[in-house]
Amino acid sequence: MTSPLQQKFKVNGPVVVTANRTTDGIVIYRTANGWSAKIEDAAVAMTSTVALALLKDAHADSVYAIGSYVAPVEISESKEIVPGNLREKIRQAGPTFELPVSG
Amino acid sequence: MYVYDEFDRTFVKERVNDFRGQVKRRLAGELTEDEFKPLRLMNGVYLQLHAYMLRIAIPYGTLSSKQLRMLGHVARKYDKGYGHFTTRQNIQFNWIKLEELPDAMADLASVGMHGLQTSGNCIRNITTDHFAAVAPDEIEDPRVWGEIIRQWSTLHPEFTFLPRKFKIAISAAKADRAAIRVHDIGLRLYENEAGEHGFEVMVGGGLGRTPFLGKTIREFLPKRDLLSYLEAVLRVYNQFGRRDNIYKARIKILVHEIGAEAFSKEVEAEWAQIKSGPLALDTITVADIVSRFQYPAYEALKDETEALESAKRDKQFETWYENSVAPHNQPGYAVVTVSLKPEGAPPGDATAEQMEKIAGLADRFSFGEIRVSHVQNLVLPHVAQRDLPELWRSLDALGVATPNVNLISDIISCPGLDYCSLANARSIPIAQGLTRRFRDLEKQRDLGPIHINIDGCINSCGHHHIGNIGILGVEKNGEEVYQIKLGGRSDSKAQLGELLGPAVPAGEIIDVVENIIDVYVELRKNPHERFVNVVHRVGLEPFKERIYAAH
Amino acid sequence: MPLIKDGRIVEDRFVRLDEEGPLPDVVPVLVPAERFLGNQAEYLAAKVPLGVLWPNNKRVSELEPYLGRLALIALHFPAFKDGRAYSQARILRERYKYKGELRATGDILQDQFLFLLRAGFNSFEVKKDADAAAFAEAAHRYSIFYQPTGDGRTTALRERLRRFHANKTSASVPDKEHAS
Repeated sequence: MTSPLQQKFKVNGPVVVTANRTTDGIVIYRTANGWSAKIEDAAVAMTSTVALALLKDAHADSVYAIGSYVAPVEISESKEIVPGNLREKIRQAGPTFELPVSG
Repeated sequence: MYVYDEFDRTFVKERVNDFRGQVKRRLAGELTEDEFKPLRLMNGVYLQLHAYMLRIAIPYGTLSSKQLRMLGHVARKYDKGYGHFTTRQNIQFNWIKLEELPDAMADLASVGMHGLQTSGNCIRNITTDHFAAVAPDEIEDPRVWGEIIRQWSTLHPEFTFLPRKFKIAISAAKADRAAIRVHDIGLRLYENEAGEHGFEVMVGGGLGRTPFLGKTIREFLPKRDLLSYLEAVLRVYNQFGRRDNIYKARIKILVHEIGAEAFSKEVEAEWAQIKSGPLALDTITVADIVSRFQYPAYEALKDETEALESAKRDKQFETWYENSVAPHNQPGYAVVTVSLKPEGAPPGDATAEQMEKIAGLADRFSFGEIRVSHVQNLVLPHVAQRDLPELWRSLDALGVATPNVNLISDIISCPGLDYCSLANARSIPIAQGLTRRFRDLEKQRDLGPIHINIDGCINSCGHHHIGNIGILGVEKNGEEVYQIKLGGRSDSKAQLGELLGPAVPAGEIIDVVENIIDVYVELRKNPHERFVNVVHRVGLEPFKERIYAAH
Repeated sequence: MPLIKDGRIVEDRFVRLDEEGPLPDVVPVLVPAERFLGNQAEYLAAKVPLGVLWPNNKRVSELEPYLGRLALIALHFPAFKDGRAYSQARILRERYKYKGELRATGDILQDQFLFLLRAGFNSFEVKKDADAAAFAEAAHRYSIFYQPTGDGRTTALRERLRRFHANKTSASVPDKEHAS
């Protein structure tokens, strides 16, 4: 299997590095020097060199984070970081329907 | 109900401790994720999109009220207050934290439950007929054999690292309610001409990317040889099943590539070597297992025709009774299906409150026993007919008495892209949309039994290949589109559905299904001709014309 | 890489031979299967204890004629998830009654020890020192076993029946005393 670090990828727009947190599985994003559960804290890469550097740091922290990878984002008009596809939207915001509520 | 003894209880406790140690090693960095993953999978712990998911086995679909209450407790304490019953008689929790998992498992172990055999490349949870031991068309309780297989396959030292997962289902009734022909091994318990009970053994069924129906490799297997024969099948598979490609690793590919006959020959040769060994099931051993199954002390009742007739003056009760109540093998009793498919809800989900209250109803009305069906509903298997009206009122108050069992809104669906990291498209919102579109129960009854199965990826946990209408979500250029198959069925006339044509966009799928239903209504000879029979009689053309001409 | 044999960390006395090269005449050797099968006669005649490194995609029935001469069979686990050698081990022990050292090599973690022991392995090349140190504990994580294998551990089924009969006997003792 190719390790994610050896994967070649093209960066055609803004990307972030994301993973799940080992202790509880929640979605986290790589920041300039650590991790955050909020996408707005994510370090955005515009080139594959920067993305690869972020990914390398993320992988180095494999006790804290699982399965780091590069995911597309969009930057909205108000400069907000928004997930770039449906899967990432769901990862960030949860299932697209109301969850059952227990009485 | 099978009662765990001190051996089983000790075992599940040891299992929890083992896993607790593994979690500790992982959190301390002593195990990498690559090393930990197969270990957590052996305990039913997956990583989904948002969190870890814990899948708990419900062997052969039988739960005690105590166990169901505990599932409610786990949902409340460690999750977001609900759980999801799956198509393999398991339940899964979607929001569990790894650091809390050992405690959740310890709580489950206190009622004999665990996540073993719910993931990983092992022999998975043994499934069977959810009407086992109460169905009038059954020759004997298949769960006894399910339990024997469960024990044999629990942490099997030889078969825990198979090429791929391995699913076994058993049916002992005329009607196949366990979809045995789409399992790696399907066992049909029947009586041969000499009056002996034994198994027809089918191997190599399965859905996923390459669907196959199982092929019979042994017409009649005496009961005493069940385990030795299974061991022979598994040993052949473990050694010769493909491991070079995950999509070709299931036993169905091995059986397909070398042929059922050659496969059967390998098995018979292996079996000849071990058949009289320690796995042979003598009558004492079987009797010991049987002795730990508790059966209800039924009252001597008569069928309640009169009381029921008067209760049926309430039309809502009558509707529910006609739809959700099945005959029981004891006079005066009935089998009640509890629908987990209310309009607009994710199929198979139950809240902690519902679990706890259904457990209470099981105590009052069903000898404390509940069944989980592979169509993602619950069953109260031993209800006195005189209690039906009261039970119905209680179920209705809980929102689990929708009289849609086997109707078009009784949809089977995988969790799809809303939860699952394998999925390419969402499935639950499609199910929700369909139940809303077909909300009119009178119309549903008029359409008769129709099984819709929805999958969010080709792994087919939602069994779309065998749905009367099978829907498969795929991703195309970043959009969700849905393929449709028609004519599949999972009963004793099991058959794979046929692809209708090009996939349709998410925004159109509900309309398309409605169009398909319109064609059926126009073409059926009479109101009793079932949807699936019409599809087989007229073929796909009339449906294609309607769908693709309009689009 | 620590080697555990019969429950203890030991020195590996076998010299592992490559595909080619001379055959030492004084130390025990572990020979790759291909090399062994090319020149069985030579190896069988050698005066040193002989081991064969057997891959997991070859039937162990091919080894049957030589089992009496082999001091060691090493079965390989290329990955934790690849469980073919468990079947090979059981066939060697249970069908062919192989009595020599049966060694697990490759991707071996403490979490496999019990499975390996139950399948008939008695030595283990372990990846991590910590796992080797945990051997005794890992081998005793479970006291209940559901399947009969060649390791002789009693199964839950048998144990239940044994206790059932034992209880019946002991329960009948006071009755006799009362009767007398």
